[in-house]
Amino acid sequence: MKLPDKRCRIDQAIATIRDGDTVMIGGFGVPGTPMTLIRALVAHGARDLTIIKNDANEPGMGVDHLLRNGQVSRLITTHLGLNSHAIGLMNAGDIRVEFNAQGILAERIRAGGSGICAVLSDIGIGTELAQGKQVVEMAGKPHLVEPALRADVALIHADRADPFGNLAYVATARNFNPLMAMAARCVIAEAETVVPLGALAADAVHTAGVFVDHLAELKELSGDYAVVQR
Amino acid sequence: MSSAKNRMIARAAREIAPGMVVNLGIGMPTKVVNHLASDFPVCLHTENGLTGIGPVLPPERADRNLIDAGGAYVSTIPGSAFFDSATSFAMVRSGRLDLTMLGAFEVSANGDLANWKIPGKFSPGVGGGIELAQKARRVVVLTTHTDRAGAPKLKQQCTLPLTACGCVARVFTDMAVIDITERGFALIETLEGISPGEVANATDAPLILPEAPPPTF
Repeated sequence: MKLPDKRCRIDQAIATIRDGDTVMIGGFGVPGTPMTLIRALVAHGARDLTIIKNDANEPGMGVDHLLRNGQVSRLITTHLGLNSHAIGLMNAGDIRVEFNAQGILAERIRAGGSGICAVLSDIGIGTELAQGKQVVEMAGKPHLVEPALRADVALIHADRADPFGNLAYVATARNFNPLMAMAARCVIAEAETVVPLGALAADAVHTAGVFVDHLAELKELSGDYAVVQR
Repeated sequence: MSSAKNRMIARAAREIAPGMVVNLGIGMPTKVVNHLASDFPVCLHTENGLTGIGPVLPPERADRNLIDAGGAYVSTIPGSAFFDSATSFAMVRSGRLDLTMLGAFEVSANGDLANWKIPGKFSPGVGGGIELAQKARRVVVLTTHTDRAGAPKLKQQCTLPLTACGCVARVFTDMAVIDITERGFALIETLEGISPGEVANATDAPLILPEAPPPTF
């Protein structure tokens, strides 16, 4: 037996994204942000997107290209502190922003990828992040109901992959990628290197290829991935 | 940076005991690491998925895939570990952090912390702040004693949106070390050259003074 080959052209994979879709995008800052897939989504032009991403990168980088192209109507995130442009769009009412506690965003995504409809947590009780959320009593204490998050598409950046879509991440580029890679109907991964089947040791796989639908090899890394000079 | 701030940061560094797992928040808390000896046994955690944070590297030596939660290009040390964001906050929420040091806009006399939002002025999102403040075993704050306009940041009650309720154990400022006790703010130490009365005047809540002159730092 041989595992299927999921390698494809980036533009063909991205072409499945439709107006109004919810798109998860991995990354925490530059590390782990699928810069090439984002550029392809900008070129594709799908609009009215809900983006789920930890942060909005920085002005002129990553997700900010989607914001500047007017493709984003809603952003589910934790922190925009490094992107003044995104904060400006939020304050002007041009995008709707839902802030989550960072670990709760991770757990909501993990639940979405695990077939669990919500998680309960006491994080944020007594703060404005609790406003409007259902409260249930559990273990004698109030907990907030945090609904699972799923997306139509997840865009993932991996360091190494094999043709089946087994993925391995590197350093702090892991962050939300393995969680989002489980939580979307269609998972598109870009990998810096694609090795032959068997060359990525079974023990070294961080995301099992079962979760991945399309895999694109990055022939060369653009400057988008470089160390940010501040 | 003023020498008072430097002394505050150096004093806060003494709060870290050998063997602790510690998260240092963005801003002044991050600078605490500069006051730890290179062989001091401590495990630093950053929310984006690293324990065992090594020194910040200059751009030419930086690893493009290795940052801390504030975006600084850090490094690993022998024994470092990487993990995903869910695991990172599992550590936080399940009580694996012995200590976190955070910044503040306001701290109340019962230990409420406000450090993420100034409505109409500053609202970048809370990031991992709520979970750190709510779940670290010990939460201490590093802040200037007053804001730029001279208004006290230690108050009877916070007026800004809260990060977490009743979470702060101790505050290090450029004037004093103050504990949050059941009876409110208690003066523990003063900056050399600052009197307890001056600290009390700069604090917008009753300040419990020690019977003897407090130690200085």
